[in-house]
Amino acid sequence: MTSEAHPRAVSVEIRRRSVPPDVRARRLLLSIANHSVAIAVAIMFIAPFFFILITALMTRSQALTKSFWPRPFSWGNFTQVFNYVPFGTYLRNTVVYAGLSTIGTVASSIPVAYALSRMIWRGRQAAFLLVLSTLMLPSQVTIIPLYVIFVHLHWVGSLKPLIVPTFFGDAFTIFLLRQFFLTIPEELLDAARVDGGGEFQILTRVIIPLAKPAIMAVALFQFLYSWNDFFGVLVFANTHTYTLAVGLMDFVSVTHRSIPWNLVMTGSILFMLPVLILFFLAQRAFIEGVTLTGLKG
Amino acid sequence: MVLLFMAPWIIGFLAFIMYPMFASLYYSFTKYNLLQPPQWAGLFNYRYMFAHDSNFWLSVRNTIWIVVFGTPIQILFAIVTAVTLTRVRRGAGAYRTIFFMPTMVPTVAAALGFLFLLDPAGPIDTILRLLHLPQPLWFSSAQWAKPSLVGLGLWGVGDTMIIFLAALLDVPKQLYEAADIEGAGAWRKFRSITLPMISPVIFFSVVMGVIGGFQYFTEAYVVSGGGQSLGEPQGSLLFYSTWLYQQGFQYTNMGYASALAWLLFVVVMICTAILIRTSNRWVFYQGGFR
Repeated sequence: MTSEAHPRAVSVEIRRRSVPPDVRARRLLLSIANHSVAIAVAIMFIAPFFFILITALMTRSQALTKSFWPRPFSWGNFTQVFNYVPFGTYLRNTVVYAGLSTIGTVASSIPVAYALSRMIWRGRQAAFLLVLSTLMLPSQVTIIPLYVIFVHLHWVGSLKPLIVPTFFGDAFTIFLLRQFFLTIPEELLDAARVDGGGEFQILTRVIIPLAKPAIMAVALFQFLYSWNDFFGVLVFANTHTYTLAVGLMDFVSVTHRSIPWNLVMTGSILFMLPVLILFFLAQRAFIEGVTLTGLKG
Repeated sequence: MVLLFMAPWIIGFLAFIMYPMFASLYYSFTKYNLLQPPQWAGLFNYRYMFAHDSNFWLSVRNTIWIVVFGTPIQILFAIVTAVTLTRVRRGAGAYRTIFFMPTMVPTVAAALGFLFLLDPAGPIDTILRLLHLPQPLWFSSAQWAKPSLVGLGLWGVGDTMIIFLAALLDVPKQLYEAADIEGAGAWRKFRSITLPMISPVIFFSVVMGVIGGFQYFTEAYVVSGGGQSLGEPQGSLLFYSTWLYQQGFQYTNMGYASALAWLLFVVVMICTAILIRTSNRWVFYQGGFR
């Protein structure tokens, strides 16, 4: 290791000394220019967070005034927001919807992705194309008959119309998992087959342990999707079963003329915080997942 | 065994996709208000839409606006931010995190945040006033409401940016070195090397942007305050999906809403087909596959 690192260090040293001063100055200027652009863009991206945060800490009368800095800091907003709207109920509904739909999607999509990638059967390719084509279907096309069905089942007003279907596979999840399952070497599966394992054993003992990162990524995607889902909740749930996404609208629609902007921002922060924490914990899995979606899609 | 593994999807496909698709096609030829069974109405819904429904045309115009202006600006900004990231060495990871973070903010929270930021008495206009610049009324004015939504979209450009970043980093270095030897300038290199190499990602983003743009709903719903004020100010935020939602779930015109949904579906399919057809003229696939 050291014997390898040493000559490289020397060559860098030599190259650095051989750079003429004017070239070095130009490089420095270029680097400063690049960083200036990056910093300017970064400020643009951060500024909304900054304003949302400081407003969340203002008193109601100070929000939307010219004074910039919270005076006094109104930390009580974070408890007040629970009394102003049924924030606790909305939060619980959000956790229930996001949690159960994530379990449902992952559990039901894994076997399907396995059948579409590692089992050999006639019509597999056609079935896969059919799964992919459903991704193109706008949800508006199916939502009205689904609404009619769920009205007859007396499910409208609950979160069941949103949670139950997730237990029957999700095309996007199936697609991403299939792409990952295909990268697992055939020899590992053969070894399990020689040991007398059936398809079920191969799936649980070989594929799932190896595909943990991919499963994590799709679980994250589904969790975020249902955490954010607005249209589905708006259509199917009611005021008792709203999640935060729709519940936060209480602030702006009920009290239309005088919106308590400080509490709206406090509520928004509490709503986005779990997601941002999740992002920082799993940033790599996340960015790799997004990249995969774009490049393989 | 295969059937057992495929079972969840097969059941889901039949119950939540196949049946609803054909049911909504059927409803689209009926009058249906949920209380009485659907009544056959032939092409009435479709004829009414084109001939008598001025809100339909308004929503079509607004939706086309957001697709035609929103999508290219979004993609352009994604490329600019991704290129910015490739040009810094130190701190690239931190910049990437900052650029990406707004994407994680739930749409409703982001829309509420922008509704506040762009309030005529809010921080942005206060700053503009201090700088003696014009202070638009943003979401409160019919001219500025849609551009404001585009701005909101740019804040969440992160996921598109990340895909472009991956594509930019994938471009073989030798190509740029060869261009350097030929004496090509920065713009020439971008146009003749970078752009063709990332064209598959541009294509993907255009397709996704167009599909998403036609279904644009949540942001417009939130900033117009929902409920009765949907589509305000002055109908400038009445998008196609907004009108479909109002017809279906506020007025329970299930037949008419189904007709709107099917027209949307057909238009999205046609646009996607056109994009795919014309893609071989401008999308360059490395190695010539596909």
